[in-house]
Amino acid sequence: MSSGDLRELYQQVILDHNRNPRNFKELPGATKKVEGYNPLCGDHYTVFIELDGDVIKDISFTGNGCAISKSSASVMTSTVKGKRTDDAEKMFEIFHKLVMGEPAGLSEAELGRLAAFSGVSEFPARVKCATLAWHTLHNALQGEQEVVTTE
Amino acid sequence: MTAVLPDRKTAYDVERIRRDFPILHRTIRGGKKLVYLDNAATTQKPQAVIDRLVTYYSEENSNVHRGVHYLSEVATAAYESARTTVKKFIHARDEKEIVFTRGTTEGINLVTSSWGRRHVGAGDEVLITAIEHHSNIVPWQLLCEEKGAKLRIVPVNDAGEVIVDEFAKLLTKRTKIVAFGHASNALGTINPAKKMIAMAHANGSLALVDGAQGVPHLTVDVQDLDCDFYAFSSHKVYGPTGIGVLYGEQALLDAMPPYQGGGDMILSVSFEKTTYNALPYKFEAGTPNISGVIGMAAALDYVTALGLPNIAAHEQDLLRYATGRLKEIPGIRIIGTAAEKAAVISFTLEGVHPHDIGTILDQEGIAVRTGHHCAQPLMMRFNVPATGRASFGLYNTREEADALVAGLHKVVEVFRG
Repeated sequence: MSSGDLRELYQQVILDHNRNPRNFKELPGATKKVEGYNPLCGDHYTVFIELDGDVIKDISFTGNGCAISKSSASVMTSTVKGKRTDDAEKMFEIFHKLVMGEPAGLSEAELGRLAAFSGVSEFPARVKCATLAWHTLHNALQGEQEVVTTE
Repeated sequence: MTAVLPDRKTAYDVERIRRDFPILHRTIRGGKKLVYLDNAATTQKPQAVIDRLVTYYSEENSNVHRGVHYLSEVATAAYESARTTVKKFIHARDEKEIVFTRGTTEGINLVTSSWGRRHVGAGDEVLITAIEHHSNIVPWQLLCEEKGAKLRIVPVNDAGEVIVDEFAKLLTKRTKIVAFGHASNALGTINPAKKMIAMAHANGSLALVDGAQGVPHLTVDVQDLDCDFYAFSSHKVYGPTGIGVLYGEQALLDAMPPYQGGGDMILSVSFEKTTYNALPYKFEAGTPNISGVIGMAAALDYVTALGLPNIAAHEQDLLRYATGRLKEIPGIRIIGTAAEKAAVISFTLEGVHPHDIGTILDQEGIAVRTGHHCAQPLMMRFNVPATGRASFGLYNTREEADALVAGLHKVVEVFRG
């Protein structure tokens, strides 16, 4: 593979969110707090969620890991903030298809910043990095409180 | 069969040695030359080892220690001759002291289960160091939990060297055994094993050496070291996976109860009483990994023919050269700067997670390990979640170190624009 493919993986959105992650803080008013951990590579995040009924009123994360996992957590929080929980779950399904290289059923415009992760499908070893925060969110919304892994 | 061994009379000719390893000539990732720098994880196998496995399965395959038939005799002879090869390789006194295991991990578990359960009790202490691999931490934790004993940890300095004065202080009359790596897989640090063993013995404690990273790089002489146990794995020293060795001092092994029960480890069985087999068979229950044992011996023969001092000199040259060149990269931090080091370089790159380094290097055909290297407490000691690690073997070259440096420049380019 050429470095062009590397640019597909490390797109500008990913590099930007890695350098300046959004919503990268603890959330004092969080109603849910769930950890996500990848023992193989050491990616380790905590996702904080403040629910108002079935709306994600606020969401944030802390922790550290690779550029793919951190930028994905950052983009995720920006994407689902203010959304209904069932819409957030649908976004996770779409995102999962995207990084698995399956048709996501949305145009690039509809995907927005999530489209930056389309290159991950060419790097199977990195899919678990991209989905760690989403799995963590999913488990938080399902009410599970233990540590989530994507191993 | 006669294995094709390198000619020991010639100088260290790395290009010629590389021709012995077929995998080094394949390309990966769309035609990139493979640059294999993950030797601390596992080493590649020379043709002599591959051929030996093929010959065994093509011409000799049979169960050992059982049949009166021809093939069983041939297989048993090859299997037991491998034990002699191992004995000579680590300079043990007797074949009885060579127990075949699945690897270093099983060797250590054998000691914690068999010797440990009998000799470590409530309030006793087991002493390990802060740079151990999980395989030399967790078995001792399990033992200590079971027995109410205490696991104590010798700290390391900022270079990643065991602080010998602290080691001395932590040796108490309750210290039953000291266990440490000959060399660290994560940092490369070579421990002053002989000195530490002498200190343990002076204190009345036993000493186990985790030799997984010692055997590939250092001449091992268990009598000179005077260790009580020495465990290592074949696959780290150019042999097959799934096979390894536990050396144990004979009187100790004799007094220890069996580790696992089954065939081959018994002399006679009745439902009332079973008599155990003699050493080393008492610790080798079940049909062993016969091809693995024979393949391992071929690997040790290969390494012996090259000469461990020659291999060590070559690797030390690579270590010096690669360390010097890596320092050219802006933002690099080398973790583990011990005065005595095996050819392992652990590093971080400012602003780039090791996992991303690994992916980008991989696209260049360069195989390195990224992660915590099964040494999470050590990562905490140096306050890093993970590192990148380049580990060199007998077939690596300065050009490959250059390729690593070029690859890391590419990482910097992707991440810093």
